[in-house]
Parts: sequence; C-alpha cells; structure tokens
Amino acid sequence: MTTLLEIEDVSLLYGRIKALHGISLTVNEGEIVALIGANGAGKSTTMRAISGIRPVASGRIRFNGEDITKLRADLRVRRGLCQAPEGRGIFPGMTVLENLDMGAYTRRDRAEVGKDLAKVLDLFPRLAERRKQVGGTLSGGEQQMLAVGRALMSRPKLLLLDEPSMGLAPMLIQQIFSIITEINEQGTTILLVEQNAQQALARAHRAYVLETGRIVKEGTGSELLHDPAVKEAYLGVA
Amino acid sequence: MTSVREWIDSGRHAVAERWHNAPRWMRWAVIAAVIVFFYALPNREFYQWLGPIPTTGSNFGQVLFTVSIYVLLAVGLNIVVGFAGLLDLGYFGFFAVGAYTVAVLTSPSSDLKTLWPWLLALPVALVLTMVSGVMLGTPTLRLRGDYLAIVTLGFAEMIRVAATASDFLKGQRGFNQIPHPPGSYSDGKPIFGVLDPRPYYWLVLTLIILVVIGVRNLNRSRVGRAWISIREDEDAAQLMGVPTFKFKLWAFASGAFIGGLAGALFAGKQNFVSSQNLELLNSIIILAAVILGGSGNIVGAIVGGGLVAYLIERFRGIEFFGVELYEYRFMFFGLVLVVMMIFRPQGLIPNRRRAAEFKDRRKEVIVGG
Ligand SMILES: Nc1ncnc2c1ncn2[C@@H]1O[C@H](COP(=O)(O)OP(=O)(O)O)[C@@H](O)[C@H]1O
Ligand SMILES: [Mg+2]
Repeated sequence: MTTLLEIEDVSLLYGRIKALHGISLTVNEGEIVALIGANGAGKSTTMRAISGIRPVASGRIRFNGEDITKLRADLRVRRGLCQAPEGRGIFPGMTVLENLDMGAYTRRDRAEVGKDLAKVLDLFPRLAERRKQVGGTLSGGEQQMLAVGRALMSRPKLLLLDEPSMGLAPMLIQQIFSIITEINEQGTTILLVEQNAQQALARAHRAYVLETGRIVKEGTGSELLHDPAVKEAYLGVA
Repeated sequence: MTSVREWIDSGRHAVAERWHNAPRWMRWAVIAAVIVFFYALPNREFYQWLGPIPTTGSNFGQVLFTVSIYVLLAVGLNIVVGFAGLLDLGYFGFFAVGAYTVAVLTSPSSDLKTLWPWLLALPVALVLTMVSGVMLGTPTLRLRGDYLAIVTLGFAEMIRVAATASDFLKGQRGFNQIPHPPGSYSDGKPIFGVLDPRPYYWLVLTLIILVVIGVRNLNRSRVGRAWISIREDEDAAQLMGVPTFKFKLWAFASGAFIGGLAGALFAGKQNFVSSQNLELLNSIIILAAVILGGSGNIVGAIVGGGLVAYLIERFRGIEFFGVELYEYRFMFFGLVLVVMMIFRPQGLIPNRRRAAEFKDRRKEVIVGG
C-alpha cells in the first residue's frame, strides 16, 4: 500500500488564532479516509491547508512523494489533488456544464475530458437534466452534487470532499454517500470531511477524529464506529 | 413599480431574444449600420437632421471626441471591474500616466527636451502604463477585496499630487505644444490639426473597435473563463487550478494599457496637459459609467461610457430657471446611480451571468440573516 498524502505536524494560523495545532495524518492510495469532528474543530481548515488555499505556519505536506508544503494551490490541482469546497462553492453564474468544464480547467486532453463529462453526468442524472441551468438557481443538494462532479472533472488522484452531505435531506444524504463509495470503487482516493459521523465512518476505511485543531483519535472506520467515546460525542448515542 | 420593472425587463428580454435568434448576416448588418452611423455623426451635413442630439453649448465634434475617450476608458475599466471583478477606484491614474509620459517625452516645456514625435512616445507611454499597473497590482492583488480599492484610490491621488507639486511635472502650468499624431492629406495639410476635432474622434473610434474586438476574443478564451471564475468565487477558482493571481494581474495590466492609450490620445489631441486634467472625480465617473451600462458586458460599458460623458457635455450651456444645469451634473449622476442601485443593480445592459450572481448574493444575505 503506497502513501498518497502525508501530513506531518501541520499548524495553521488565522491571524493570531491557531486553528491547527500540529496535526498529522496519512491517506493511502485507494482509501476513503474520513475526518470527523464537531463544528469549528478545524476540518475545513485542514482541507484548506491541503489544497493550498491557506499557507501553513509549520509542518510538512507530502503528496505522491513530493513535498507540496509551499506549492501554489493551482499547481497542486495539476499534481492531481482536487477539492470540492464546503457549502455553495460552485460558480453561480455559470451553467452546470460550464461549472463542470471549469473542473477540467487544468486539462488539455479534450477527448478524455469529454469521456469524464459523460461519466459524471451518468453518476449524477440530476445534473444531466439541468445541464443548461445556471448554478445559482440549483437546489442545495444539486449544488453539492455539482461541486463533487466538478472536482471529479479534474480527474484527481486524491479527491477532497468537505461536508458533501451538509444541509441535505436524509434521502439525498444516502444517495451522495453511495456515490462517494462508487467514485472510490472506480479508483479515486478520497479524503472525506464530515459532521455526519455515522455515515462517514460506515463508508470509510480509516478515520481521524479532530477536536479543537488536534487529532485525538484514529482507527479503522468500524473501530471508531464502535468506540464508546466517539459514540457519545459524535453519534448521539449515550 | 415592480410591474413597470417587469414590463421593462420583458421588453429587454424580447429585444435580447430577437438579437440572439437573428441570422448572422442580419446581426452583422446592424453592427455595420451602427458603426457607419458613428463615423458619420460628427459631420454637420449628417447631424443637423438629428434634432436635439447635437450639443448646443460646444462644438459637437469636440464633444464626440471627449465622449469617445470616455467610452475607451469604460471598455478598459470593464475588463478590471466587470470581467475580473476587481474594484479599481483610481483607474484614471493610468490615463494620467499615459498622458504625462507623452507630455514629458514630446513637449518643449519638458525638462528632458527630448522633443520626440507623438508616435514614438506612444509605445513608451503604453509600456509604462502597463508597468505601473503591474507594479501596483503585484503587492495588492495577492490580498483580497477592499485593499485593492484603497490602494488604487491612493495611486490616482498620489499621481495628482505629484503632478501638482513637482517641478518636473509642471503643476498647473502644465506641458504645452505637445505634438499631434502624424499624417497628412494629399494636399499636404496635416490630418490631425488644431481646428478640426473630427479626425481625432475617428481615430479613437477606430481604436475602440480594435480594442473591443481584442477584448471580446480575450474574454471568450481560457483567460475570460478564468476571469469569470475569479469574479464569481475566487477560492473555488483556485481550487479548480486557476492561477488566480496571474489572471488578476493580467486583467489589471490590460485595463491599465487601455487607460494609458486613452491618456496618450488625449495628450496628442489637446496639445496641453496639466494637473487640472486630473480630477479624482474622473475615476468615479468612469466607474459609474461601467456600472450604469452593465458591468461585465462590453456593449454595456460602451453605452454607459457614452451616455455618461455625453450627458455631462449635453448639460453645458443649458439654463433652467436661471441656473446652468452643467453646474449640477454630478448631483444628477449621484441621483441616477442611487436610482440604478435600487432598481437595476446589474446595469442597463447586464451580463447574463452577472444577473445570476446578484441573485445568488441576495439569497446568501437572506440565508445568512
Ligand atoms: N477565515 C478565518 N478567519 C479566522 N478564523 C477562522 C477562519 N476560518 C475558520 N476560522 C476558525 O478556525 C476554527 C476552525 O474552523 P473550520 O476549519 O471552519 O472548522 P470546521 O470546518 O471543522 O467546522 C474555528 O474556530 C473558526 O472560527
Ligand atoms: Mg467546515
């Protein structure tokens, strides 16, 4: 098993506020790794550090054998690292197709891009129905799907998903999680950030628990799913 | 009020629909007719049939030249504000760099005494404006939003102060005898002289057409897509692999280039450049023009720039109950802008995407509040 992403002792500051206190985690090729934690624990911040939207204060990030700690965000995308941002991170004035096309911004292999587009539309029939509609007028669930689909269009080695189930109806949550599993089975490694710990742990090979900017627990998905402390804090089971 | 708006909207949509569904040749015919109209406009034989459109208070050819300069500036600023979504409050500063570079290199009043011809000074002016755009943009475009607005505002003001106070830039006395662009008619008379403003207008009109073709192509390329993505969501753009800083700088420098071009043309026409040409208000007028016309839409910028500059000139010499309307021109624009912001924030001829972006932002406000 080869290591795809390796984060070592990473700290991150927002001004004077320290949001990450030296976290370390690894993602191996082919895995779904979940990062769970309460609101404000630093999950999105971890994603920002990995995708390069925010510079880290200290520590190292290695991706596919290369040190990318100081690499610009857009170049990380070219290396095969793509994030679907939290919430409504789509382009509101672009149509569904234009949004998906932006996902392939770094790619030159137009023929392959066309194939991937067909695959994504296959994966998300809702998006296919609304291909000409502008992103801003989609429902919350459709926007989430668009964000995931758009990230897939870059054909990433590692797909970063920040709370893809946020604000969705229970049925849609089920649907989006099965799609995540499907994407993974087709060969994409996934780092999944979730507040919906139950679903995330059930689907993940391995998982980390983040509390106030520190990793406090790690294990396989089912280990954490049955861990009493995790149960109490994140699964709503006393 | 809503019903009136809906009525206007539906009318506009019908026109837009018609336009998009019209056959290609018909669209080209309309564009050609518009272009011919504007080339013919400064001729008395033509404009005498246009009723109240020609100005009464000043030479109509001169007014058209001024208007064309504003249109060029609006097209340039539209790249920065409309396409890339960067708030530049000191755009007129680039106009100043262009005009002063030409003045310093060509005028006998200049300490340099280089006395270059206009055409030789032009490329230097263009390069210098672009360089000043890059120098201003490099530190500020890495930061977000408001910093750029403040820094650009400061830049324009700094240039004005420098032009007023420094000996080298001659303050209010200014630079005179700036040479005109080259060229002569077959009888040996120069095309670009002191008396006839029309050739300058035709020159600027031609350059506007070229610039618009260039900008349109740029906007439809990968560069344009990158600009739109940055404007809509800068973080998301970066996450899709768009080198956001590079493209923001590109937009800023292209805008600066066009501003410098307008300044150099102005200097070549006017013969004279002084610190009195550098009112802070000019930056605001151009920005207002772009927003009024419909930020992000080239036709909108042209209409906005043309309308604003024309109306200002149209007020000249008109009295209303004993006061000259020209004196109240800025109050009038303030009023128009306020009304626009309330009823039509996306501008007269909005860009399709921009309309959706506005709606999206409104939704966010509602959700957040
Ligand atoms: N842009 C920012 N500026 C300052 N503080 C921030 C910013 N973004 C997040 N934070 C803070 O960092 C901490 C972690 O936030 P975040 O990573 O968004 O949490 P999560 O995604 O786990 O809910 C929170 O305390 C939050 O208030
Ligand atoms: Mg978050």
